[in-house]
Amino acid sequence: MSTKKEWPIWEVFIRSKNGLEHRHAGSLHAADAEMAMENARDVYTRRQEGVSLWVVESKHIVASNPEANGEMFAPAEDKVYRHPTFYELPIELKHM
Amino acid sequence: MENKLYDYILSLGDNSLILGHRLSELCGHGPSLETDIALTNISLDLYGQVRNYFQYAAELAGEDASEDSIAFLRTDRQHKNVWLVEQPNEDFGHVICRQFLFDSFHMPLMKQLCESKDERISAIAKKSIKESSYHERFSSEWMKRLGAGTDVSNQKVQAALDHFYPFVNEFFQETPLDKEMKENGIGGDLTAIKEVYFKNVHTLLLEAGLTIPEPNWRQTDGKLGYHSEHLGFILAELQYMQRSYPNSDW
Repeated sequence: MSTKKEWPIWEVFIRSKNGLEHRHAGSLHAADAEMAMENARDVYTRRQEGVSLWVVESKHIVASNPEANGEMFAPAEDKVYRHPTFYELPIELKHM
Repeated sequence: MENKLYDYILSLGDNSLILGHRLSELCGHGPSLETDIALTNISLDLYGQVRNYFQYAAELAGEDASEDSIAFLRTDRQHKNVWLVEQPNEDFGHVICRQFLFDSFHMPLMKQLCESKDERISAIAKKSIKESSYHERFSSEWMKRLGAGTDVSNQKVQAALDHFYPFVNEFFQETPLDKEMKENGIGGDLTAIKEVYFKNVHTLLLEAGLTIPEPNWRQTDGKLGYHSEHLGFILAELQYMQRSYPNSDW
């Protein structure tokens, strides 16, 4: 009988060359942090995707409960005034 | 002189060519997705180095020579790689151990070749050294994991180590060509590398909880074109397309 233990899952975040922030790229298996970093390098940056890597074991991420989506996100649906679209921007102001 | 330089470049490139091929056999067969990709990446790195070497060699050879003709149309006796790199994959322990024993040699060699008086070799070494440095990190890390892992992983990697150890001295067999290239400042100094090699390798093996083998025989002469039976099978697969469909293109 197989007693194979699966390695834990890690989430990988990459900052691209011109990017300002790390973005979630995907996940992988690794036995520990060092292996997770090497695996992330090998699996996710082989096509020059980035210049900085973060890895974090998935169990450390606190996720919202999908069943609570109603109370979590629905109340924002009809609050268009929370978008700053009602201001007239001066022409001098670019990139907004 | 040009012929000798040509031969020397082949002796550098052939190790990467044959080891690159061995690793490419694992593409899609690695023990996990992550290690599969890692080993394939290393294979591609080595092939990239081979292309640089063989493009240079083809320029020196002139006439109809090309990187492809050098890679695909030489016989086994014309290959100058060491025996270690042509040995079969067997299991993950063997793959990692073979890689570790090679990387531990390749890294100090690349360091030396960065200072080569031959500008092209120096440029190739400077490009390769970042890759080799990562390969060494990867294989050393895995040697430690397997050696200090479970009883089974320790036994398997120790078996691989015992199997491969008689081959490592061949790296330091100084052929007349190696000697001449060292003396004219183009090639590496194998005696100096040997010292670094065994110091580093022994340190890591002990750290990994492995026993340093004491082989009672030592392989030689791959660099002179004498090879194990495995090389013929590698070349049969590697050269099949060019042999069957001469001059076919990508």
